[in-house]
Amino acid sequence: MEIILSIAIGVMTTCGVWLLLRPRTYQVIVGLCMLSYAVNLFIFGVGGVKTNVPPLLTDDVATGALADPVPQALVLTAIVIGFATTALFLVVLLASRGLTGTDHVDGRGDRK
Amino acid sequence: MPFAGSLLSAALLNSSSRSLPSLIAGIVALGCFAASLAAYPAIANGEILRANLQWLPQFGLEFALRMDGFAWLFSVLISGIGVLVVIYARYYMSEDDPVPRFFSFLLAFMGAMLGIVISGNVILLSVFWELTSIFSFLLISYWHNSAAARDGARMALTITGIGGFCLLIGVLLLGNIVGSYDLDKILASGDIIRNHPLYLMALIFILLGALTKSAQFPFHFWLPNAMAAPTPVSAFLHSATMVKAGVFLLVRFWPALAGTYEWFWIVGAAGVITLLLGAYFAMFQQDLKGLLAYSTISHLGLITTLLSLGSPLATVAAIFHMVNHATFKASLFMAAGIIDHETGTRDMRRLSGLYKFLPITGTLAMVASAAMAGVPLLNGFLSKEMFFAEAVETHADSILDRILPYVATLAGAFSVAYSLRFIHTVFFGRPPADLPKPAPHEPPRWMRFPIEFLVVICLVVGIAPSLSIGPFLHVAVTSVLGADTPEYSLSIWHGFNLPLIMSIVALVGGALIYFSLRRYLASCADGPPVFRRLRGQRIFERILVEVSWRWARLAEQRLGTRKLQPQLRWVVFTGFLAGLLPLTMSGFEPRPFAFSGVDPMFAVIWALGICLAIGTAYMAKYHRLASLVMLGGVGLIVCLTFVWLSAPDLAVTQLLVEIVTTVLILLGLRWLPKRNEGVDDAITLRARFRRFRDLALAVVCGIGMTFISYAVMTMPVPDAIANYFLENAYSQGGGRNVVNVILVDFRGFDTLGEITVLGIVALTVYALLRRFRPAADSMSMPEQQQIQNRFDEERPERSAGDTVREYLLVPSIIMQWMFPVLITFAVYIFMRGHDLPGGGFSAGLTMSIAFLLQYLAGGTRWAEDRIRILPLRWMGAGILTAAMTGIGAWFLGYPFLTSHSRYIELPVIGKMPAATALLFDLGVFLLVVGSTVLILVALAHQSIRINRLRAIEADKAKGGEA
Repeated sequence: MEIILSIAIGVMTTCGVWLLLRPRTYQVIVGLCMLSYAVNLFIFGVGGVKTNVPPLLTDDVATGALADPVPQALVLTAIVIGFATTALFLVVLLASRGLTGTDHVDGRGDRK
Repeated sequence: MPFAGSLLSAALLNSSSRSLPSLIAGIVALGCFAASLAAYPAIANGEILRANLQWLPQFGLEFALRMDGFAWLFSVLISGIGVLVVIYARYYMSEDDPVPRFFSFLLAFMGAMLGIVISGNVILLSVFWELTSIFSFLLISYWHNSAAARDGARMALTITGIGGFCLLIGVLLLGNIVGSYDLDKILASGDIIRNHPLYLMALIFILLGALTKSAQFPFHFWLPNAMAAPTPVSAFLHSATMVKAGVFLLVRFWPALAGTYEWFWIVGAAGVITLLLGAYFAMFQQDLKGLLAYSTISHLGLITTLLSLGSPLATVAAIFHMVNHATFKASLFMAAGIIDHETGTRDMRRLSGLYKFLPITGTLAMVASAAMAGVPLLNGFLSKEMFFAEAVETHADSILDRILPYVATLAGAFSVAYSLRFIHTVFFGRPPADLPKPAPHEPPRWMRFPIEFLVVICLVVGIAPSLSIGPFLHVAVTSVLGADTPEYSLSIWHGFNLPLIMSIVALVGGALIYFSLRRYLASCADGPPVFRRLRGQRIFERILVEVSWRWARLAEQRLGTRKLQPQLRWVVFTGFLAGLLPLTMSGFEPRPFAFSGVDPMFAVIWALGICLAIGTAYMAKYHRLASLVMLGGVGLIVCLTFVWLSAPDLAVTQLLVEIVTTVLILLGLRWLPKRNEGVDDAITLRARFRRFRDLALAVVCGIGMTFISYAVMTMPVPDAIANYFLENAYSQGGGRNVVNVILVDFRGFDTLGEITVLGIVALTVYALLRRFRPAADSMSMPEQQQIQNRFDEERPERSAGDTVREYLLVPSIIMQWMFPVLITFAVYIFMRGHDLPGGGFSAGLTMSIAFLLQYLAGGTRWAEDRIRILPLRWMGAGILTAAMTGIGAWFLGYPFLTSHSRYIELPVIGKMPAATALLFDLGVFLLVVGSTVLILVALAHQSIRINRLRAIEADKAKGGEA
């Protein structure tokens, strides 16, 4: 399990970083989303990987065996904030495109 | 005390009165003076007065004040001359000058200077040191509309500021060597310091501080330029205080640092060169104050030279000369100020024969400059004699030491020459012609008083030294030298010995020099021959331009960029290194691979996920929609992973956020440019290299992340705070869903902050979109709509817009029906949140999706005709509810956001948990709904706004044609 998750995080990081370094604003936004998936999964993984023990208290499972709720709480807020920043970036992208007429990250056309 | 006076004067900034601020300043200065004098009996007994306040005890720093004999002498000097300068300035400053500002700065400066003198902690000392730099800057630039004053002040600040910085480094080193910043301890451990490997470094830095402040070669050039200051400032700063701070520091650290070969060479070389050059330059000045400035430099050189010798007797001479120099130089500056004030010029080529007009000032100036020249029966003579005597002695056998007697005599001759010149040119000769102010006359009685007072001191000290200054000097010297205090005698007549011969040679030689150069001096340009062109000031300015302009530009060109990509590349690269370095340094090894069994289904899901991720990256350039779909796919797989790995809350939230994000980006896609098919897609070598580099960086980061996350996940989980939350969630938070309890209860304050951020982001998005203007090529109607409208127009039975209206008719009706279902679902998720997966965040997102579907199904107009959503009110209500819940705890006597829980019996639903955290969660819910809807609706509205914009454009175009 861990190895699959690690590789997945690695691949998503690679794709995210690659997109982050591209010249088009849209690519950067998609890259940021991808990177946030990777980071969220990573933080989530810090708590250890356990199946079928959600941190819901019931009377028949010992509390020590449950999954770690702290990273989950962290990631939950991170997901919501991630949505907010994506929205903000998207609007900045649109405004920048409206103002400069190009979707290049520098606001100036490249090459030509 | 002076600082308080300074503030008081500053409070009077707007008053136009001259008397009041000067009165305050006078009282303050006099108070300081009296306080210093009152300390004498204790000091004379060899006591050291101290006052300690805790400042930063954790760093071993105290606000320690300490007054020994030497500090006492200086305090008396500073405050005494301060009083005289205040009296003088009262009459000197003209009606138009903002006098309160002047006195405010002057007092602050005096306070800083006294602070240097009596601080008992070296860090404190350097703080006061910086303060003097700053206030001297303000004082020199007092007439700030003159360019010379501004330049002079800036130069003084740059030089002394750099010096102050060096001093700070020096004292930090010193404190490090000794292990304490306390002055007493440092002075007591001279041997440790001198034998320490860091001695040379500390010495150089401290000397840089001292030499810059005292205007020693090669930093001497700021002082003449600082003469643009008002004369009282010059009299105060450049006789008794600012420049004396440097030599004060040398004396202060003399027990700790002096006596080594390095000390002798650095201090000695600087002193000797300054002594000679200053005196030489002074002869050729045409400006009265310029002459005095260079002579000050030269006298400071003399003091520095004395200190370099390292013999106790020379130190006695140095301290004695500091006092003498302060008295006669202050009076000379004031005299120069009177001459300037009365005649309107300081150019010695225009001044002559003033004795007839200013007999009393003339007499006083003559006595003072005779003291400067070292004429017998005046105080300058005594210390100069001591200097000559020390110069003859051999201290450290070297060239510097051997040439010293000759240099000393020559400099003495020069100083006689410029003193003579000062008097002879200004007061004798033919009566003055074409002065800016035609009829000079004696200044008011009290303007002359300070000079008279100082000159009397010169005379008294000069005639009866052992009776007047003797005991005071003894106190000062003892406090510096301690047990090593040598026998010295302060008498006028030591017999017919070598120093006396040197004095006579200097006097006669100086007179000869002056009279032989007289004709040349009367007409020559400002500044000495040969050196006239080579001016420190020019060099300084060149360096300044070079460093602050050219280098800065070069650095910006080479290192800076306005492009985002290189910046991001560096960020990522640095981030990678920042992750790698600590790991390699702490001996991180990838954990041995242990095959712990793989669920085949999970592997397949992630194989798909990886393909989708790569596909997203690959397609993002030209196929945005495809890329977005694949991104959503990756999001779903992440969501599945959360389900799989026991995080149902995360899964729900991820799923909902995924939907909202996708819709959001879909709305944004419409405003992005179309693919330009015509672009030549040939990839240059450069671009290929760039891509390869980025890819390599990305892959390296990815591999790094893989290793780190594998290591983290397989590491045994330490007994972390998790157990605390798991055990207390139910007993204290009253909920079974631990994640939710953490969010709304344990870490409720974090969540409050977070929803605030969410609200702010939503408002920002809204504000940005209000003024949104799309790019020109996105203004026209989307291609699909054009095709659909064309289709409508071609058929007679259809009217334009029908297709758009009928688009996805069945799904949209279903979506409309779903509205109440979704709202119910949101309420359900919200209610069960405390015990089962759900909660404010997911309920809020569900609710906003319900709204969103109505927009999607019927279009913006249709939706807004039927439901009026006021997202701003939702947001406001949300944040208020959350905050009020927290504040409510206060009223019951608990800290902010303490929650209370119990189960209540409701008629239909049954037993239900009712924690106050539920109210908080309600706030979260409301705010999430408000923010999400605000963002999405603001973006969706652009399509309606664009029609309006289009209409406006069309109107404009029509108007233009007409």
